[in-house]
Amino acid sequence: MIGFVQSLGASVLALSRMIGGIVLFTTIALRWVLVPPFYGRQIVRQMVDIGYYSLPVVGLTTLFSGMVLALQSYTGFARFSAEDTVATVVVLSITRELGPVLAGLMVAGRVGASIAAEIGTMRVTDQIDALDTLSTRPMQYLVGPRIIAGIVCLPILVLIGDIIGVFGGYLVGVYNLDFNASVYLSKTLEFLEFEDVFIGLVKAAIFGFIITLMGCYHGYYSGRGAEGVGKATTNAVVSASILILIANYTVTALFFG
Amino acid sequence: MSENKTQAVKIEISNLKKQFGNNQVLTGFNLSIRKGESLCLIGTSGCGKSVALKCLIGLVSADSGSIKVDGHETIGQSRAENEALLRRFGMTFQFGALFDSLPIWENVTFRLRQKEKLSKKIAREIAGDIINQLGLAPHVLDLFPAELSGGMQKRAAIARAIADKPEILLFDEPTSGLDPITSGVINDLILNSVNRLGATTLTISHDMASVRQIADTVAMIHQGQIIWCGPVADMHDTGIAEVDQFVNGKAYGPLTSNPPDTNVAQHSEMPV
Ligand SMILES: Nc1ncnc2c1ncn2[C@@H]1O[C@H](COP(=O)(O)OP(=O)(O)O)[C@@H](O)[C@H]1O
Ligand SMILES: [Mg+2]
Repeated sequence: MIGFVQSLGASVLALSRMIGGIVLFTTIALRWVLVPPFYGRQIVRQMVDIGYYSLPVVGLTTLFSGMVLALQSYTGFARFSAEDTVATVVVLSITRELGPVLAGLMVAGRVGASIAAEIGTMRVTDQIDALDTLSTRPMQYLVGPRIIAGIVCLPILVLIGDIIGVFGGYLVGVYNLDFNASVYLSKTLEFLEFEDVFIGLVKAAIFGFIITLMGCYHGYYSGRGAEGVGKATTNAVVSASILILIANYTVTALFFG
Repeated sequence: MSENKTQAVKIEISNLKKQFGNNQVLTGFNLSIRKGESLCLIGTSGCGKSVALKCLIGLVSADSGSIKVDGHETIGQSRAENEALLRRFGMTFQFGALFDSLPIWENVTFRLRQKEKLSKKIAREIAGDIINQLGLAPHVLDLFPAELSGGMQKRAAIARAIADKPEILLFDEPTSGLDPITSGVINDLILNSVNRLGATTLTISHDMASVRQIADTVAMIHQGQIIWCGPVADMHDTGIAEVDQFVNGKAYGPLTSNPPDTNVAQHSEMPV
Protein backbone atom coordinates (compact mmCIF):
# COMPACT_ATOMS: atom_id res chain seq x y z
CA MET A 1 0.00 0.00 0.00
CA ILE A 2 2.73 2.41 1.02
CA GLY A 3 4.66 1.34 -2.04
CA PHE A 4 1.68 2.16 -4.22
CA VAL A 5 1.17 5.58 -2.64
CA GLN A 6 4.87 6.27 -2.97
CA SER A 7 4.99 5.40 -6.63
CA LEU A 8 1.78 7.34 -7.27
CA GLY A 9 3.33 10.35 -5.54
CA ALA A 10 6.52 9.92 -7.52
CA SER A 11 4.61 9.82 -10.81
CA VAL A 12 2.61 12.91 -9.89
CA LEU A 13 5.83 14.71 -8.98
CA ALA A 14 7.52 13.61 -12.18
CA LEU A 15 4.51 14.68 -14.22
CA SER A 16 4.36 18.12 -12.62
CA ARG A 17 8.10 18.51 -13.08
CA MET A 18 7.69 17.67 -16.75
CA ILE A 19 4.80 20.10 -17.22
CA GLY A 20 6.79 22.83 -15.46
CA GLY A 21 9.78 21.99 -17.63
CA ILE A 22 7.75 22.20 -20.82
CA VAL A 23 6.19 25.54 -19.84
CA LEU A 24 9.61 26.97 -19.04
CA PHE A 25 11.07 25.55 -22.26
CA THR A 26 8.22 27.06 -24.29
CA THR A 27 8.61 30.46 -22.67
CA ILE A 28 12.33 30.56 -23.39
CA ALA A 29 11.89 29.31 -26.96
CA LEU A 30 9.18 31.88 -27.73
CA ARG A 31 11.18 34.65 -26.16
CA TRP A 32 14.13 33.97 -28.47
CA VAL A 33 11.86 33.79 -31.50
CA LEU A 34 11.20 37.51 -31.10
CA VAL A 35 14.82 38.64 -30.74
CA PRO A 36 17.44 38.93 -33.50
CA PRO A 37 19.41 37.26 -35.00
CA PHE A 38 16.66 35.59 -37.02
CA TYR A 39 17.80 32.41 -38.64
CA GLY A 40 15.90 32.75 -41.92
CA ARG A 41 17.78 29.97 -43.64
CA GLN A 42 16.99 27.58 -40.80
CA ILE A 43 13.31 28.49 -40.96
CA VAL A 44 13.18 27.83 -44.70
CA ARG A 45 15.01 24.53 -44.29
CA GLN A 46 12.60 23.43 -41.58
CA MET A 47 9.60 24.46 -43.67
CA VAL A 48 10.82 22.24 -46.46
CA ASP A 49 11.44 19.36 -44.04
CA ILE A 50 8.24 19.71 -42.08
CA GLY A 51 5.86 20.98 -44.74
CA TYR A 52 6.96 19.96 -48.19
CA TYR A 53 8.16 16.46 -47.36
CA SER A 54 4.99 15.75 -45.39
CA LEU A 55 2.78 16.39 -48.42
CA PRO A 56 2.72 12.79 -49.73
CA VAL A 57 1.87 11.34 -46.31
CA VAL A 58 -0.85 13.89 -45.62
CA GLY A 59 -2.20 13.72 -49.17
CA LEU A 60 -2.52 9.92 -49.15
CA THR A 61 -4.05 9.85 -45.69
CA THR A 62 -6.73 12.40 -46.44
CA LEU A 63 -7.42 11.01 -49.93
CA PHE A 64 -8.29 7.55 -48.61
CA SER A 65 -10.11 8.96 -45.62
CA GLY A 66 -12.32 11.05 -47.89
CA MET A 67 -12.97 8.00 -50.06
CA VAL A 68 -13.90 5.68 -47.23
CA LEU A 69 -16.00 8.39 -45.63
CA ALA A 70 -18.11 8.69 -48.80
CA LEU A 71 -18.61 4.91 -48.91
CA GLN A 72 -19.50 4.58 -45.24
CA SER A 73 -21.81 7.57 -45.01
CA TYR A 74 -23.60 6.42 -48.16
CA THR A 75 -24.24 3.01 -46.59
CA GLY A 76 -25.49 4.64 -43.40
CA PHE A 77 -27.63 7.39 -44.88
CA ALA A 78 -29.15 5.11 -47.53
CA ARG A 79 -30.94 3.33 -44.68
CA PHE A 80 -33.14 6.36 -44.17
CA SER A 81 -33.05 7.62 -47.73
CA ALA A 82 -30.75 10.53 -47.08
CA GLU A 83 -28.09 9.58 -49.64
CA ASP A 84 -27.85 13.11 -51.00
CA THR A 85 -26.25 14.33 -47.75
CA VAL A 86 -23.08 12.33 -48.49
CA ALA A 87 -21.24 15.26 -50.03
CA THR A 88 -22.03 17.52 -47.08
CA VAL A 89 -21.07 14.88 -44.54
CA VAL A 90 -17.75 14.31 -46.29
CA VAL A 91 -16.77 17.96 -46.55
CA LEU A 92 -17.77 18.83 -42.98
CA SER A 93 -16.06 15.79 -41.45
CA ILE A 94 -12.90 16.40 -43.42
CA THR A 95 -12.54 20.12 -42.81
CA ARG A 96 -13.61 20.16 -39.19
CA GLU A 97 -12.14 16.95 -37.83
CA LEU A 98 -10.43 14.41 -40.00
CA GLY A 99 -8.21 16.73 -42.01
CA PRO A 100 -6.50 18.41 -39.08
CA VAL A 101 -6.45 15.37 -36.77
CA LEU A 102 -5.21 12.86 -39.33
CA ALA A 103 -2.64 15.26 -40.73
CA GLY A 104 -1.60 16.17 -37.19
CA LEU A 105 -1.13 12.56 -36.15
CA MET A 106 0.71 11.58 -39.32
CA VAL A 107 3.03 14.58 -39.09
CA ALA A 108 3.55 13.88 -35.38
CA GLY A 109 4.87 10.45 -36.33
CA ARG A 110 7.03 11.69 -39.14
CA VAL A 111 8.28 15.08 -37.99
CA GLY A 112 8.04 14.76 -34.20
CA ALA A 113 10.25 11.69 -34.36
CA SER A 114 12.82 13.16 -36.69
CA ILE A 115 13.11 16.41 -34.73
CA ALA A 116 13.58 14.52 -31.46
CA ALA A 117 16.14 12.20 -33.05
CA GLU A 118 18.09 15.04 -34.66
CA ILE A 119 18.18 17.32 -31.61
CA GLY A 120 18.69 14.35 -29.28
CA THR A 121 21.70 13.24 -31.31
CA MET A 122 23.05 16.78 -31.19
CA ARG A 123 22.62 16.70 -27.41
CA VAL A 124 24.40 13.40 -26.82
CA THR A 125 27.25 14.26 -29.19
CA ASP A 126 27.78 17.67 -27.52
CA GLN A 127 26.76 19.58 -30.66
CA ILE A 128 24.33 21.64 -28.58
CA ASP A 129 27.12 22.60 -26.17
CA ALA A 130 29.28 23.37 -29.18
CA LEU A 131 26.65 25.85 -30.41
CA ASP A 132 26.93 27.68 -27.10
CA THR A 133 30.70 27.90 -27.45
CA LEU A 134 30.27 29.29 -30.98
CA SER A 135 28.23 32.34 -29.95
CA THR A 136 24.90 30.80 -30.91
CA ARG A 137 21.96 30.21 -28.57
CA PRO A 138 20.75 26.66 -29.19
CA MET A 139 17.20 27.59 -28.23
CA GLN A 140 17.19 30.31 -30.84
CA TYR A 141 19.00 28.40 -33.56
CA LEU A 142 17.44 24.96 -33.17
CA VAL A 143 14.10 25.32 -31.41
CA GLY A 144 12.72 28.64 -32.67
CA PRO A 145 12.90 27.89 -36.42
CA ARG A 146 11.29 24.47 -35.98
CA ILE A 147 8.39 25.83 -33.96
CA ILE A 148 7.78 28.66 -36.44
CA ALA A 149 7.91 26.21 -39.35
CA GLY A 150 5.46 23.91 -37.56
CA ILE A 151 2.95 26.67 -36.87
CA VAL A 152 3.14 27.96 -40.45
CA CYS A 153 3.27 24.64 -42.32
CA LEU A 154 0.56 22.58 -40.65
CA PRO A 155 -2.34 24.86 -41.69
CA ILE A 156 -1.06 24.84 -45.28
CA LEU A 157 -0.74 21.05 -45.20
CA VAL A 158 -4.22 20.71 -43.75
CA LEU A 159 -5.74 23.04 -46.32
CA ILE A 160 -4.22 20.96 -49.10
CA GLY A 161 -5.27 17.78 -47.26
CA ASP A 162 -8.84 19.11 -46.99
CA ILE A 163 -9.02 19.64 -50.72
CA ILE A 164 -7.56 16.21 -51.47
CA GLY A 165 -9.91 14.54 -48.96
CA VAL A 166 -12.97 16.20 -50.46
CA PHE A 167 -11.71 15.18 -53.88
CA GLY A 168 -11.42 11.58 -52.65
CA GLY A 169 -15.06 11.70 -51.57
CA TYR A 170 -15.98 13.17 -54.94
CA LEU A 171 -14.20 10.36 -56.80
CA VAL A 172 -16.07 7.69 -54.89
CA GLY A 173 -19.33 9.62 -55.04
CA VAL A 174 -19.24 10.18 -58.78
CA TYR A 175 -17.52 7.06 -60.09
CA ASN A 176 -18.66 4.50 -57.55
CA LEU A 177 -21.94 5.73 -56.12
CA ASP A 178 -23.15 7.32 -59.37
CA PHE A 179 -23.80 10.81 -58.09
CA ASN A 180 -24.09 13.51 -60.70
CA ALA A 181 -20.78 15.38 -60.70
CA SER A 182 -22.14 18.91 -60.62
CA VAL A 183 -24.80 18.05 -58.03
CA TYR A 184 -22.12 16.50 -55.80
CA LEU A 185 -19.98 19.61 -56.11
CA SER A 186 -22.80 22.02 -55.36
CA LYS A 187 -23.85 19.91 -52.36
CA THR A 188 -20.25 20.02 -51.18
CA LEU A 189 -20.23 23.81 -51.18
CA GLU A 190 -23.86 24.42 -50.20
CA PHE A 191 -23.59 23.98 -46.43
CA LEU A 192 -19.89 24.61 -46.04
CA GLU A 193 -19.14 27.71 -44.01
CA PHE A 194 -15.94 29.66 -43.75
CA GLU A 195 -15.87 28.85 -40.04
CA ASP A 196 -15.62 25.09 -40.69
CA VAL A 197 -12.41 25.47 -42.66
CA PHE A 198 -11.07 28.20 -40.42
CA ILE A 199 -11.47 26.19 -37.21
CA GLY A 200 -9.67 23.31 -38.89
CA LEU A 201 -6.76 25.56 -39.77
CA VAL A 202 -6.59 27.01 -36.28
CA LYS A 203 -6.43 23.48 -34.95
CA ALA A 204 -3.69 22.70 -37.46
CA ALA A 205 -1.57 25.62 -36.28
CA ILE A 206 -1.96 24.43 -32.68
CA PHE A 207 -1.01 20.89 -33.69
CA GLY A 208 2.03 22.20 -35.56
CA PHE A 209 3.11 23.96 -32.39
CA ILE A 210 2.54 20.84 -30.29
CA ILE A 211 4.42 18.52 -32.66
CA THR A 212 7.51 20.69 -33.04
CA LEU A 213 7.54 21.64 -29.37
CA MET A 214 7.40 18.00 -28.24
CA GLY A 215 10.08 17.00 -30.73
CA CYS A 216 12.38 19.80 -29.59
CA TYR A 217 11.69 19.37 -25.88
CA HIS A 218 12.29 15.63 -25.75
CA GLY A 219 15.31 15.90 -28.02
CA TYR A 220 16.79 18.77 -26.03
CA TYR A 221 16.55 16.87 -22.76
CA SER A 222 17.43 13.54 -24.30
CA GLY A 223 19.08 11.02 -21.97
CA ARG A 224 22.59 9.93 -22.74
CA GLY A 225 23.61 7.53 -25.47
CA ALA A 226 21.65 5.91 -28.27
CA GLU A 227 19.14 4.59 -25.77
CA GLY A 228 18.44 8.12 -24.58
CA VAL A 229 17.78 9.31 -28.13
CA GLY A 230 15.50 6.35 -28.82
CA LYS A 231 13.46 7.14 -25.74
CA ALA A 232 13.29 10.81 -26.64
CA THR A 233 11.93 9.90 -30.07
CA THR A 234 9.23 7.64 -28.67
CA ASN A 235 8.25 10.15 -26.00
CA ALA A 236 8.03 12.94 -28.56
CA VAL A 237 5.64 11.00 -30.80
CA VAL A 238 3.49 9.64 -27.99
CA SER A 239 3.18 12.92 -26.12
CA ALA A 240 2.52 14.90 -29.31
CA SER A 241 -0.22 12.46 -30.39
CA ILE A 242 -1.96 12.53 -27.03
CA LEU A 243 -1.73 16.31 -26.76
CA ILE A 244 -3.14 16.65 -30.28
CA LEU A 245 -6.20 14.62 -29.35
CA ILE A 246 -6.69 16.58 -26.12
CA ALA A 247 -6.22 19.92 -27.88
CA ASN A 248 -8.59 18.85 -30.63
CA TYR A 249 -11.36 18.14 -28.14
CA THR A 250 -10.67 21.34 -26.22
CA VAL A 251 -10.73 23.57 -29.30
CA THR A 252 -13.88 21.92 -30.63
CA ALA A 253 -15.62 22.30 -27.27
CA LEU A 254 -14.56 25.94 -27.00
CA PHE A 255 -15.59 26.97 -30.51
CA PHE A 256 -18.65 24.77 -31.04
CA GLY A 257 -19.67 24.08 -27.45
CA MET B 1 55.78 23.38 -24.86
CA SER B 2 54.43 26.84 -25.24
CA GLU B 3 56.86 29.74 -25.11
CA ASN B 4 54.63 32.53 -23.88
CA LYS B 5 54.15 31.58 -20.27
CA THR B 6 54.01 34.48 -17.81
CA GLN B 7 53.32 34.79 -14.11
CA ALA B 8 49.89 36.44 -14.39
CA VAL B 9 47.07 34.10 -13.37
CA LYS B 10 44.52 33.67 -16.16
CA ILE B 11 42.13 31.16 -14.64
CA GLU B 12 41.65 30.46 -10.95
CA ILE B 13 39.27 27.67 -9.97
CA SER B 14 38.71 27.18 -6.25
CA ASN B 15 36.77 24.61 -4.29
CA LEU B 16 34.51 23.74 -7.20
CA LYS B 17 31.80 21.20 -6.43
CA LYS B 18 29.39 19.44 -8.74
CA GLN B 19 27.19 16.41 -8.32
CA PHE B 20 24.69 14.69 -10.61
CA GLY B 21 22.04 13.03 -8.45
CA ASN B 22 24.09 11.09 -5.91
CA ASN B 23 27.15 11.02 -8.08
CA GLN B 24 29.65 13.49 -6.61
CA VAL B 25 31.82 14.30 -9.58
CA LEU B 26 33.79 17.34 -8.38
CA THR B 27 34.46 17.51 -4.65
CA GLY B 28 36.51 20.64 -4.11
CA PHE B 29 38.41 21.11 -7.34
CA ASN B 30 41.22 23.70 -7.30
CA LEU B 31 43.28 24.71 -10.30
CA SER B 32 45.19 27.77 -11.31
CA ILE B 33 46.41 28.43 -14.84
CA ARG B 34 48.81 31.20 -15.77
CA LYS B 35 48.47 33.34 -18.86
CA GLY B 36 50.03 31.62 -21.87
CA GLU B 37 50.53 28.36 -20.01
CA SER B 38 49.73 24.97 -21.50
CA LEU B 39 48.24 22.79 -18.80
CA CYS B 40 47.29 19.15 -19.22
CA LEU B 41 44.60 17.63 -17.05
CA ILE B 42 44.94 13.88 -16.61
CA GLY B 43 42.88 11.29 -14.76
CA THR B 44 41.03 8.01 -15.21
CA SER B 45 37.95 7.80 -17.42
CA GLY B 46 34.80 9.10 -15.80
CA CYS B 47 36.63 11.00 -13.07
CA GLY B 48 35.12 14.33 -14.09
CA LYS B 49 37.60 15.95 -16.47
CA SER B 50 35.04 16.87 -19.09
CA VAL B 51 32.63 18.07 -16.42
CA ALA B 52 35.34 20.34 -14.99
CA LEU B 53 35.93 21.83 -18.43
CA LYS B 54 32.22 22.39 -19.00
CA CYS B 55 31.87 24.03 -15.58
CA LEU B 56 34.73 26.37 -16.47
CA ILE B 57 32.82 27.83 -19.42
CA GLY B 58 29.39 27.63 -17.82
CA LEU B 59 27.94 24.83 -19.97
CA VAL B 60 27.39 22.91 -16.75
CA SER B 61 26.51 25.00 -13.72
CA ALA B 62 28.62 24.20 -10.69
CA ASP B 63 26.93 23.60 -7.33
CA SER B 64 29.40 25.78 -5.46
CA GLY B 65 32.90 27.20 -5.62
CA SER B 66 34.55 29.97 -7.54
CA ILE B 67 35.91 30.36 -11.04
CA LYS B 68 37.79 33.52 -11.89
CA VAL B 69 38.92 34.43 -15.38
CA ASP B 70 41.32 37.40 -15.35
CA GLY B 71 40.25 37.97 -11.76
CA HIS B 72 36.58 38.24 -12.68
CA GLU B 73 34.17 35.84 -10.96
CA THR B 74 32.16 33.87 -13.52
CA ILE B 75 29.94 31.76 -11.31
CA GLY B 76 26.50 33.28 -10.91
CA GLN B 77 26.99 35.76 -13.71
CA SER B 78 24.15 36.71 -16.02
CA ARG B 79 23.44 34.95 -19.28
CA ALA B 80 24.73 37.91 -21.27
CA GLU B 81 27.97 37.94 -19.27
CA ASN B 82 28.36 34.22 -19.85
CA GLU B 83 27.87 34.68 -23.58
CA ALA B 84 30.57 37.33 -23.56
CA LEU B 85 32.84 34.99 -21.61
CA LEU B 86 32.26 32.15 -24.07
CA ARG B 87 33.47 34.34 -26.92
CA ARG B 88 36.92 34.39 -25.33
CA PHE B 89 37.15 30.61 -25.35
CA GLY B 90 37.66 28.09 -28.11
CA MET B 91 36.85 24.50 -27.33
CA THR B 92 36.98 21.08 -28.90
CA PHE B 93 34.82 18.33 -27.52
CA GLN B 94 35.77 14.76 -26.74
CA PHE B 95 33.82 13.40 -29.71
CA GLY B 96 34.38 16.30 -32.08
CA ALA B 97 30.85 17.68 -31.96
CA LEU B 98 31.08 18.99 -35.51
CA PHE B 99 27.67 19.94 -36.84
CA ASP B 100 26.45 16.97 -38.89
CA SER B 101 24.22 19.04 -41.10
CA LEU B 102 26.88 21.52 -42.24
CA PRO B 103 29.89 21.04 -44.51
CA ILE B 104 33.34 21.55 -43.02
CA TRP B 105 33.78 25.10 -44.29
CA GLU B 106 30.57 26.16 -42.58
CA ASN B 107 31.58 24.33 -39.42
CA VAL B 108 34.95 26.07 -39.33
CA THR B 109 33.60 29.56 -39.96
CA PHE B 110 30.47 29.11 -37.85
CA ARG B 111 31.40 31.58 -35.14
CA LEU B 112 32.92 34.13 -37.52
CA ARG B 113 29.69 34.15 -39.47
CA GLN B 114 27.64 34.70 -36.32
CA LYS B 115 29.67 37.83 -35.64
CA GLU B 116 29.69 39.42 -39.06
CA LYS B 117 28.14 38.86 -42.46
CA LEU B 118 30.70 37.09 -44.63
CA SER B 119 30.05 36.19 -48.23
CA LYS B 120 30.26 32.50 -48.98
CA LYS B 121 33.38 33.09 -51.06
CA ILE B 122 35.28 34.91 -48.32
CA ALA B 123 34.15 32.47 -45.64
CA ARG B 124 35.37 29.55 -47.74
CA GLU B 125 38.72 31.28 -48.27
CA ILE B 126 39.15 31.81 -44.54
CA ALA B 127 38.18 28.22 -43.81
CA GLY B 128 40.56 27.03 -46.52
CA ASP B 129 43.46 28.93 -44.90
CA ILE B 130 42.76 27.49 -41.49
CA ILE B 131 42.36 23.88 -42.52
CA ASN B 132 45.45 24.22 -44.65
CA GLN B 133 47.43 25.14 -41.52
CA LEU B 134 46.07 21.96 -39.98
CA GLY B 135 47.19 19.86 -42.91
CA LEU B 136 43.79 19.18 -44.45
CA ALA B 137 43.36 19.28 -48.22
CA PRO B 138 41.07 21.94 -49.76
CA HIS B 139 38.53 19.41 -51.03
CA VAL B 140 37.68 18.63 -47.39
CA LEU B 141 35.91 22.01 -47.21
CA ASP B 142 32.86 20.65 -48.96
CA LEU B 143 32.66 17.32 -47.18
CA PHE B 144 30.32 16.66 -44.28
CA PRO B 145 31.66 15.52 -40.89
CA ALA B 146 30.39 11.98 -41.40
CA GLU B 147 32.57 11.69 -44.49
CA LEU B 148 35.81 12.36 -42.58
CA SER B 149 38.04 9.90 -40.73
CA GLY B 150 38.41 10.28 -36.97
CA GLY B 151 41.74 12.09 -37.31
CA MET B 152 40.37 14.49 -39.90
CA GLN B 153 37.34 15.20 -37.72
CA LYS B 154 39.61 16.07 -34.81
CA ARG B 155 41.57 18.44 -37.02
CA ALA B 156 38.41 20.05 -38.34
CA ALA B 157 37.19 20.49 -34.76
CA ILE B 158 40.48 22.15 -33.83
CA ALA B 159 40.16 24.38 -36.89
CA ARG B 160 36.72 25.44 -35.72
CA ALA B 161 37.99 26.12 -32.19
CA ILE B 162 40.91 28.31 -33.27
CA ALA B 163 39.22 30.03 -36.24
CA ASP B 164 38.16 33.06 -34.23
CA LYS B 165 41.55 33.35 -32.45
CA PRO B 166 40.32 32.88 -28.86
CA GLU B 167 42.39 33.81 -25.79
CA ILE B 168 41.81 30.52 -24.05
CA LEU B 169 41.73 27.12 -25.72
CA LEU B 170 40.21 24.01 -24.24
CA PHE B 171 40.89 20.65 -25.86
CA ASP B 172 39.00 17.62 -24.59
CA GLU B 173 41.00 14.49 -25.48
CA PRO B 174 42.25 15.79 -28.83
CA THR B 175 44.31 12.67 -29.53
CA SER B 176 42.21 9.88 -28.07
CA GLY B 177 41.43 7.10 -30.51
CA LEU B 178 44.09 8.20 -32.98
CA ASP B 179 47.17 6.35 -34.19
CA PRO B 180 50.49 7.64 -32.76
CA ILE B 181 51.46 9.40 -35.97
CA THR B 182 48.22 11.34 -36.29
CA SER B 183 48.45 12.07 -32.57
CA GLY B 184 51.90 13.50 -33.13
CA VAL B 185 50.57 15.69 -35.92
CA ILE B 186 47.75 16.94 -33.71
CA ASN B 187 50.14 17.69 -30.87
CA ASP B 188 52.25 19.77 -33.23
CA LEU B 189 49.14 21.55 -34.46
CA ILE B 190 48.10 22.38 -30.93
CA LEU B 191 51.57 23.67 -30.07
CA ASN B 192 51.82 25.70 -33.26
CA SER B 193 48.42 27.24 -32.97
CA VAL B 194 48.94 27.97 -29.32
CA ASN B 195 52.28 29.61 -29.86
CA ARG B 196 50.93 31.60 -32.75
CA LEU B 197 47.85 32.78 -30.86
CA GLY B 198 49.62 33.17 -27.53
CA ALA B 199 46.63 31.43 -26.03
CA THR B 200 46.28 29.90 -22.60
CA THR B 201 45.56 26.22 -23.07
CA LEU B 202 43.89 23.53 -21.01
CA THR B 203 44.05 20.08 -22.56
CA ILE B 204 42.48 16.91 -21.25
CA SER B 205 44.46 13.86 -22.20
CA HIS B 206 45.00 10.22 -21.39
CA ASP B 207 47.87 10.04 -23.71
CA MET B 208 51.15 10.44 -21.82
CA ALA B 209 53.23 10.87 -24.98
CA SER B 210 51.03 13.77 -25.94
CA VAL B 211 51.18 15.23 -22.43
CA ARG B 212 54.98 15.18 -22.49
CA GLN B 213 54.95 16.97 -25.80
CA ILE B 214 52.45 19.76 -25.19
CA ALA B 215 52.30 20.42 -21.44
CA ASP B 216 54.12 22.99 -19.36
CA THR B 217 52.20 21.88 -16.32
CA VAL B 218 50.36 18.67 -15.50
CA ALA B 219 47.47 18.33 -13.08
CA MET B 220 45.98 15.02 -12.05
CA ILE B 221 42.39 14.70 -10.93
CA HIS B 222 41.30 11.87 -8.65
CA GLN B 223 38.02 11.50 -6.78
CA GLY B 224 36.92 14.93 -7.86
CA GLN B 225 40.01 16.82 -6.70
CA ILE B 226 43.40 17.77 -8.03
CA ILE B 227 45.83 15.50 -6.20
CA TRP B 228 48.94 16.75 -7.89
CA CYS B 229 49.88 19.72 -10.03
CA GLY B 230 53.39 20.54 -11.15
CA PRO B 231 55.82 21.00 -14.02
CA VAL B 232 55.71 18.25 -16.62
CA ALA B 233 59.35 17.34 -15.86
CA ASP B 234 58.43 16.43 -12.29
CA MET B 235 55.56 14.09 -13.03
CA HIS B 236 57.63 10.93 -12.78
CA ASP B 237 58.69 11.40 -9.21
CA THR B 238 55.83 12.93 -7.33
CA GLY B 239 55.82 10.32 -4.58
CA ILE B 240 52.05 10.02 -5.01
CA ALA B 241 51.01 6.45 -5.77
CA GLU B 242 48.04 7.39 -7.98
CA VAL B 243 50.05 9.76 -10.13
CA ASP B 244 52.86 7.26 -10.43
CA GLN B 245 50.48 4.51 -11.50
CA PHE B 246 48.72 6.70 -14.05
CA VAL B 247 51.81 8.27 -15.55
CA ASN B 248 53.53 4.93 -15.92
CA GLY B 249 50.41 3.05 -16.98
CA LYS B 250 50.59 0.33 -14.33
CA ALA B 251 47.69 -2.10 -14.08
CA TYR B 252 48.01 -2.51 -10.31
CA GLY B 253 47.88 0.29 -7.79
CA PRO B 254 45.39 2.49 -5.99
CA LEU B 255 43.46 3.34 -9.18
CA THR B 256 40.90 0.97 -10.68
CA SER B 257 40.11 1.14 -14.35
CA ASN B 258 36.33 0.84 -14.08
CA PRO B 259 34.82 3.53 -11.92
CA PRO B 260 31.27 2.68 -10.77
CA ASP B 261 28.83 4.01 -13.33
CA THR B 262 26.07 5.72 -11.45
CA ASN B 263 24.16 6.65 -14.57
CA VAL B 264 22.43 3.35 -15.00
CA ALA B 265 19.72 4.60 -12.68
CA GLN B 266 19.02 7.47 -15.06
CA HIS B 267 17.74 5.15 -17.74
CA SER B 268 15.32 3.24 -15.56
CA GLU B 269 13.26 6.31 -14.73
CA MET B 270 9.56 5.96 -15.39
CA PRO B 271 8.44 7.48 -18.65
CA VAL B 272 5.87 10.21 -18.10
N1 LIG C 1 25.06 15.50 -17.92
C1 LIG C 1 25.36 14.54 -17.02
N2 LIG C 1 24.39 13.96 -16.29
C2 LIG C 1 24.69 13.03 -15.37
N3 LIG C 1 25.92 12.56 -15.13
C3 LIG C 1 26.94 13.09 -15.84
C4 LIG C 1 26.71 14.10 -16.82
N4 LIG C 1 27.91 14.44 -17.38
C5 LIG C 1 28.83 13.66 -16.75
N5 LIG C 1 28.26 12.85 -15.84
C6 LIG C 1 28.96 11.90 -14.96
O1 LIG C 1 30.04 12.57 -14.39
C7 LIG C 1 31.17 11.73 -14.30
C8 LIG C 1 32.35 12.36 -14.97
O2 LIG C 1 32.14 12.40 -16.37
P1 LIG C 1 33.20 13.04 -17.34
O3 LIG C 1 33.59 14.36 -16.84
O4 LIG C 1 32.60 12.97 -18.71
O5 LIG C 1 34.42 12.03 -17.25
P2 LIG C 1 35.83 12.13 -17.96
O6 LIG C 1 36.81 12.41 -16.88
O7 LIG C 1 36.08 10.80 -18.58
O8 LIG C 1 35.75 13.22 -18.97
C9 LIG C 1 30.76 10.40 -14.90
O9 LIG C 1 30.39 9.52 -13.86
C10 LIG C 1 29.59 10.76 -15.75
O10 LIG C 1 28.73 9.66 -15.85
MG1 LIG D 1 35.69 13.21 -20.92
